[in-house]
Amino acid sequence: MKTRVVLDLKDHPTYGFGPRMTTWWGTLAFCALEGMGFALVSGSYLYLAYLSESAWPIGAAPPDLMPGIVFSILLLASLLPNHWLKQAAVKKDLRRVRIGLVVMSLLGLVLLGVRVFEFPALNIWWDTNAYGSMLWLILALHTVHLATDVGDTLVVTVLMFTKEGRVPRRFTDVEDNGFYWYFVVGSWVPLYVLLYWFQRI
Amino acid sequence: MAGGIESLTWFFIAVCTVVWLLTMAALGFAMLRRRRTDHADPLKERPRADRLATLAVSGLVALTAVILVVLTAATFLTGKSLAGMQGEGLVLRVTGQQWWWQVTYESDQPSRVLSVANEIHVPVGETVTLKLTSADVIHSFWVPSLAGKTDLIPRRTNIQSFVVDRPGTYRGQCAEFCGFQHAHMGLLVIAHPRAEFDAWYEAQLKPAERPSEASRQRGEQVFTSRACAMCHGIRGTSAAGRVAPDLTHVGSQQTIGAGTLPMSEDNLARWIADPHHFKPGVNMPKTDLSGEDIGAVAAYLAGLK
Amino acid sequence: MSAGGRRDDGGLRAWLPTLLAFASGVAGALAVKRMLYPQAFARIAEVPGIARRAPPPLVPGQVPFDTRDDGLDDETLDRVLADTWRREPGFVGWLSSVDHKDIGRRYIVTAFIFLFLGGLSSIAMRIQLARPENGFIGPDLYNQLFTMHGMTMMFLFAVPVMQGLGIYLVPLMVGTRNVAFPRLTAFSYWIFLSGGLFLWASFMLNIGPDVGWFAYVPLSGPEYGIGKRPDVWAQMITYTEVASLAGAVSTIVTVFKQRAPGMSLDRVPLFVWALLITSFVIIFAMPAVMMASTMLILDRLVGTHFFNPAEGGDALLYQHLFWFFGHPEVYIIFIPATGFVSAIIPTFARRPIFGYIALVLSLIATGFLSFGLWVHHMFATGLPMLGASLFTAASMLIAIPNGIQIFCWIATLWMGRPVLKTPLLFVLGFFFIFVAGGLTGVMVASVPLDLQVHDTYFVVAHFHYVLIGGAVFPLLAAVYYWFPKFTGRMLSERLGTWNFWTAFIGFNGAFFPMHILGFMGMPRRVYTYPEELGWGGINLLVTAFALMLFVSFVLLTVNVVRSLRSGSVAPANPWDAGTLEWAAASPPLPHNFARIPVVTHEEPLWHERESLPAVAGLRVDAREIVVTTVTSARPDLREASPDPSIWPFLSAMAVGATFLGSIFSPWFVVWGTPVAAVALIGWFWPKGNPEDEE
Repeated sequence: MKTRVVLDLKDHPTYGFGPRMTTWWGTLAFCALEGMGFALVSGSYLYLAYLSESAWPIGAAPPDLMPGIVFSILLLASLLPNHWLKQAAVKKDLRRVRIGLVVMSLLGLVLLGVRVFEFPALNIWWDTNAYGSMLWLILALHTVHLATDVGDTLVVTVLMFTKEGRVPRRFTDVEDNGFYWYFVVGSWVPLYVLLYWFQRI
Repeated sequence: MAGGIESLTWFFIAVCTVVWLLTMAALGFAMLRRRRTDHADPLKERPRADRLATLAVSGLVALTAVILVVLTAATFLTGKSLAGMQGEGLVLRVTGQQWWWQVTYESDQPSRVLSVANEIHVPVGETVTLKLTSADVIHSFWVPSLAGKTDLIPRRTNIQSFVVDRPGTYRGQCAEFCGFQHAHMGLLVIAHPRAEFDAWYEAQLKPAERPSEASRQRGEQVFTSRACAMCHGIRGTSAAGRVAPDLTHVGSQQTIGAGTLPMSEDNLARWIADPHHFKPGVNMPKTDLSGEDIGAVAAYLAGLK
Repeated sequence: MSAGGRRDDGGLRAWLPTLLAFASGVAGALAVKRMLYPQAFARIAEVPGIARRAPPPLVPGQVPFDTRDDGLDDETLDRVLADTWRREPGFVGWLSSVDHKDIGRRYIVTAFIFLFLGGLSSIAMRIQLARPENGFIGPDLYNQLFTMHGMTMMFLFAVPVMQGLGIYLVPLMVGTRNVAFPRLTAFSYWIFLSGGLFLWASFMLNIGPDVGWFAYVPLSGPEYGIGKRPDVWAQMITYTEVASLAGAVSTIVTVFKQRAPGMSLDRVPLFVWALLITSFVIIFAMPAVMMASTMLILDRLVGTHFFNPAEGGDALLYQHLFWFFGHPEVYIIFIPATGFVSAIIPTFARRPIFGYIALVLSLIATGFLSFGLWVHHMFATGLPMLGASLFTAASMLIAIPNGIQIFCWIATLWMGRPVLKTPLLFVLGFFFIFVAGGLTGVMVASVPLDLQVHDTYFVVAHFHYVLIGGAVFPLLAAVYYWFPKFTGRMLSERLGTWNFWTAFIGFNGAFFPMHILGFMGMPRRVYTYPEELGWGGINLLVTAFALMLFVSFVLLTVNVVRSLRSGSVAPANPWDAGTLEWAAASPPLPHNFARIPVVTHEEPLWHERESLPAVAGLRVDAREIVVTTVTSARPDLREASPDPSIWPFLSAMAVGATFLGSIFSPWFVVWGTPVAAVALIGWFWPKGNPEDEE
């Protein structure tokens, strides 16, 4: 079909930050579906706890608190450098972005290290009973998200130290990676309460 | 179908048929109605027609809502009347197994507890309450003419109550897919007047009669000394297996293998010789008995009235 | 199974959980989610300062070629853009394609092949059931067949074919050049294909699942689901849900951010609305079945107890999770079909759709309500009466938005001047069948009625009326309607009419009597029935008409093949339709539109008869799309769109192999993860193109 030009986009930019980009919306959609997954496992956990004929937790002491507390404090603390990094990305400040990424990568690896100690602290195995299965599933599911974003941060970090890092548009990916980190942190808060405190109330 | 459900069904069918016919009539008229012949641009505005259509569609939506409210109310009323059955009456425990039904008549006196398989005898006109559970996978208890379905779920107990109005035999079948032989998991509900039911119950409580004929004695001997007795029990003999149906009065039953074959001595012999021919995958193994032994066992069992 | 014994048996045992957690981390989530980042990276790398390919020669004296489209005439523009957007030649190029039209076409063709397989399995079942006590196939094969039929039709045909049509048509209808995440979409196709091949290969090897498409525990659990059959079920779910979720994310973002300038939310075609809402339903429903299948496979493989009542689990938890997905699933299939109907009716009624806003709101309401109905599949499980009543009311309620749609469509036909071509014929068939199926749906929403007909042939009849009437008839209408766009050829109207009548009569003859069988008490999923019950005659009739229905699909195949060989050539807009896809050539060029249109009306091609208003200023030497704002579609960015890449294919193979291996040993997840991670990083990594211009 014939066309007639009514609008020239020659001077429109080729990238932006946040909701202006398709990637941001894609990440949001993935957060939604993964959040749904978290909601469903949490619901399943509460459902089994409600149905349980024996006292909850079944056949085990409540989880040890220490690793969870250390993890949660570190995770919440990571919000500050993450925020700082996101702002640096929007300002396209390569030096700050590189520092921020290194800090976030290290923090992420430390968090994964602490996470390893959370599993034994649950005081039950996944194949002991349904309560144990649920705890392991919830913790593993969150670990999946944590590991994914840490892996992603590592890749972005390496990228930003190569010459690709000089491409200004790459800052949108740094910003987007930081956006996903909010989800990793945000989803942990209810799960933490469910894993460590629900049995004690 | 049980009374309240039947009239509810007909009510729904009637309403739905009328709605469907009216919708099709509207569609037919929309397609075939005569139109003025101007070939207008598809975007030509027709505000008056649009207004009328808005009115018509709104009216139809309101009508739909009213119909749905009526149907929902009818559902609640029927549900309430079904739920309002009086008392527990006769209490039976039904345990679904792959692929047969274990039925236990409960009683305060242990000697009056009765366990049978695949056939439920009940008195006419009295409430019957079933406590349903499962020993393995999920099954569903369904006798179409008596009541709707209720699932049998491991470690849960579901309740179903019904009243049988007329004496007779009512066929039922497992209604939740439960594996290989889901198709052959039938049961019968047999309703008697109270006196007849009591007589049946007393007869069933008795242990198996000792056979008098030689061939049947041999059948009993084979049954109790061979693999049969590992799974099946016959009260009054040394056979005390519990994982398969109790056969104390198997000869009085109407079917073999949870509705797989009609009961007869011949069918019993064929069934014992190779149950997998009729019900592939059934837990009962093919026996290595001689033809003569099979005949004897079949004769023995058929006589256990 | 005690914990004490386990804790002592050594190092491996202690490490396995941690390893598993990490491993499934990268394998599972990286696979689904991180594709977004690769995309972003790739996109950056793909805006080189200079053209990778030499620009085609220009006619002397024309305006200087400056890599923008401003000065080029439409014909030159088509030539240059087609070169920029085409897929690479050769087999690797074919595997690397990220063109939404390639992916959509592959989805549709593959789904139709699975439809054929699903149809064959139903014919085998119908032959077995034609006579009482028939010995054609035994219980083992029959149980596999009805499971394969259900899984194939739901997961490998109905959902993918709808998504495939969406992938093909949504970008054309919203006036853009590709979907938002083309590589993710390509990945989703390869994962879908692997899942389908995996299922049917398992069936050929006699390890096809035999636990029903719903795979209830404990029948499918570790104790009773023997062998690998239920594992095949569980992992097939993982494949197809990953594929659907990936496709849904891409569709949502395409619709939100890539609509042509001026296509504000009130000008979005209803088909696009339908696909958008379906994608949202997918995003909130599919995680439930993934959770159910994951818990099931963990129960089976590593000894968890989610569904084991002896250890604090619960069999009904599985049913809740399954049906929380399972009911919306019906709408995942049905809502796109309403989109077909809403696209076809205005074209053949020769007027815009009546009640656009009402239809959009109905779709949204249907999407929401579809999550409130799952318990009506579980009325027989002994739920408390109050809960059941609530779900009855909710199930009745969903009839209202569906009623609104039916009334608006009939009103459109009423006020228009209908032209009866094959697509409209199939839509009329849809009304006839779907309205009946919807009404029997109202019947099964009523608890006492449902307890009577649940799991009988009445329900089989009901959902085939809804799914075949509500989705397959509109789908066939869509095939006849958009075939000229896909291929540039018209389908034969004559064969189309034959196709319709055989399908229509065959369908009603096969499925209407099933209502009666259900009332007579015939349960579902039985491989045979005793003669004395008197079901034989009706079953024979059903089988005969089922064969006729099968023949109708043979006629469709004949029509398609004949048309591809010698059909009459289709112009760009053979039906004189009003939406944007008809502005593209038939079949569309790789870049869809020479210039991205500016939308001024909900039926742009009816409003702009002479020429389409359009934008300029995009590059012609690199893939660029127009990104607009979410609600009013104001142009905002010229974003780069990814180039073809083999990595989505390789990633899908790595992830698919991991899923497959996980059936046999959890260690496959451990070893598959690094491979999948390498493939994904390969996809992530920019290709070292010259620096960005800015």
